[in-house]
Amino acid sequence: MNKTTSIVLAGVGGQGILLASEILAKAAGFAGFDVKTNEVHGMAQRGGSVIGQIRYGERVYSPLVSRGEATVLMSLERIEALRYAEFLAPDGLAVVNSQVVIPTTVSSGGAVYPENAKEILKQTFKQLIYLDANRIALELGNPKCANVVLLGALSTRLTDISFEIWEQAIRECVKPKFIDLNITAFETGAKAPSEL
Amino acid sequence: MKQLLSGNEAFARAMYEAGVTLAVGYPGTPSTEILENCAKHYKDSFRCEWAPNEKVALEVAAGAAMAGARACVTMKHVGLNVAADPLLSLSYAGTPGALIIIVADDPGMHSSQNEQDSRHYARFAKVPVIEPSDSAEAKEFLKKAIEISETYRTPVIMRTSTRVSHSRSLVELEERQVPDREIAFQKDPKSYALVPAFARKLRYVVEDRVKRIAADNSEKWTLNRVEEGSKKLGIVTEGIAYQYVKEVFPEASVLKLGCAWPLPEKLIRDFAAGVERVLVVEEVEDFTELNMKAAGIACEGKKYVPNIGELSSDVLRESRAKMEGVEYKPCACCEKATDEPLPNRPPTLCAGCPHRGLFYALSKLDVDVTGDIGCYSLGVQPPLSALDTIICMGAGFSMAHGMSQSGQKRKVVGLLGDSTFFHSGITGLLNIAWNKANCTVIVLDNRITAMTGHQDNPGTGKTLMGDPSNAADIAEIGRACGMKNIATFDPLNYAETSAVLKQATESDEPWLLISKSPCVLIMKERVGNVRKIDAEKCKNCRACVKTGCPAIECTGKNKPEINPITCNGCSLCNQVCKFGAISE
Repeated sequence: MNKTTSIVLAGVGGQGILLASEILAKAAGFAGFDVKTNEVHGMAQRGGSVIGQIRYGERVYSPLVSRGEATVLMSLERIEALRYAEFLAPDGLAVVNSQVVIPTTVSSGGAVYPENAKEILKQTFKQLIYLDANRIALELGNPKCANVVLLGALSTRLTDISFEIWEQAIRECVKPKFIDLNITAFETGAKAPSEL
Repeated sequence: MKQLLSGNEAFARAMYEAGVTLAVGYPGTPSTEILENCAKHYKDSFRCEWAPNEKVALEVAAGAAMAGARACVTMKHVGLNVAADPLLSLSYAGTPGALIIIVADDPGMHSSQNEQDSRHYARFAKVPVIEPSDSAEAKEFLKKAIEISETYRTPVIMRTSTRVSHSRSLVELEERQVPDREIAFQKDPKSYALVPAFARKLRYVVEDRVKRIAADNSEKWTLNRVEEGSKKLGIVTEGIAYQYVKEVFPEASVLKLGCAWPLPEKLIRDFAAGVERVLVVEEVEDFTELNMKAAGIACEGKKYVPNIGELSSDVLRESRAKMEGVEYKPCACCEKATDEPLPNRPPTLCAGCPHRGLFYALSKLDVDVTGDIGCYSLGVQPPLSALDTIICMGAGFSMAHGMSQSGQKRKVVGLLGDSTFFHSGITGLLNIAWNKANCTVIVLDNRITAMTGHQDNPGTGKTLMGDPSNAADIAEIGRACGMKNIATFDPLNYAETSAVLKQATESDEPWLLISKSPCVLIMKERVGNVRKIDAEKCKNCRACVKTGCPAIECTGKNKPEINPITCNGCSLCNQVCKFGAISE
């Protein structure tokens, strides 16, 4: 239990990283680990590229994940996974949402959104779960639970946290009327086969 | 059971547990959530208020502390510059009730205009500075700071930073204990009325206090601790830097300072004597390193550890390699995982943001624009590129004044937000009216303090504790300041906005304009119906794209499209399209 497990959550400000981070941190805490997280607030939040970091283990010092250290890198947007790829350990798992959010730098002609993003993802990540989490969430009845679908996929790599603990964490983090939806979203994500 | 709290939540909890009766502050990342959490969880136990600015906040807290109450004031690092005036004199006066200044630095400038190290204020004001390194210490140290403040009759600075304030870690909760004493001001002009005759005497009191604190910090207090390790290397560290030290130098002896000033000289000297080499690891400036060197304690620090930007374990690994004289090479897995150029994704004004309408109209004029601190600073980015200067709170108005009085020909427009106007724009406006600066100044009145996450301000008619209250009227204030030309317009009405801007900037007199439309994030519904682009009518002229709206997506040579999920229906794109291609 001496090793620290690190997870990086990436996405675009407003996509729901904070909730995913909260559920994950609670779950690690319920499982008896020391936990630290870091979140982005303020200016960096307004539609910009953001990351959340969670670390747990017997004794955690830094709240920040080092390069090449993350067990899982989860991204709510397709290319944001690439931006933070250096954090992932060589044997780490990338969980990537297929959603594309075009940055204003691209729309205004100052930059290009890589057209072959899927190819680059495949080349960059040896272990990849690529999901259309927004579609899955929509099929479950609420597009807003895409983040929890991805969290389900992420959980497959964190074998030291049981499903019961995840369920307990979800219960504590979402409003009562959304508990069942989010637990279903989590289970669906955990079973979903990669679409790439 | 332990709870997972952010540093800011832990500060709020400490105020509750320590029997604080008044908490005051001005929002500023990364300090904002301290008071928000006070209001959210503990407003039945103690009073909390947003002040119009940090100077007012500190003075409010000082008044309460003089009456004997425990008072805390919160602000970001640059806020302490605003509050520096009362701080440096309050150090002379001292207060019977605790007076704690919680200041949040932002190394790496995640959400700030500079990277100043607030520890310098401790030495400058001759008050102790206490630094926690995680949430548990944020709570524990703030409670100790309160004790220290009352024992030594000194204001105390609690210095936090982005990674302490916005990181969560486990904290043990305790009960609230309110000191059993009557809160009532005891008249004592020799302590509180700083006329020269009294202040000169207090000057000696301050120096004596610093000496006593330095000695007790070294020998009595429990804020500093030694963690025994190898005798080859001893590291003196403080705040969040401690966490990185423990990861990168697991074998070293560590002296973790909870209070770096007044310097616990004997403690550091003893620690240094027991190790072969001393390295100081501190974030941003060489504050402790210089204090140690001044005390004649040999050490190294900024020779290896950068003084620009945040520290992290990764940064410190590089410092370690430099110190050991080996080449720093990240392992293969840590090298940049992909060489693919990725488009930047900077923060942008939200879809439907009313500032966009104003900036788009402003970008059509040949003017210089002095901007300010707030969401609207995002307007500096292309394609809007609407602001030319951003310096500090209030400078949007005062610098417009100066530039327009400089003798230059081009007209000047100054702008700032409603909360910034109340913070420090009013004095600038008064000056413009009085000295008749021929400039146009605009208050971007979105009815909220938006950038920091929607705090109420003197114009919103509501207090931090949620009570309905008086709402200041910006136009009335303008008239009272002596402004003769005042106009209010809706920035999402492009024709009206353009016309008002034209009239004001072509005039030979000062104008106050109020660009009034609520922040889209506080509106429960969309501004209007979602817009769509008719590809048949669209000539791909990109006028809509030039508004910089994130809902208008466009790749390569393709015609733009509107993302129906992100579109807020503000209709600005609709109004700027010359071909009638955009509709509901």
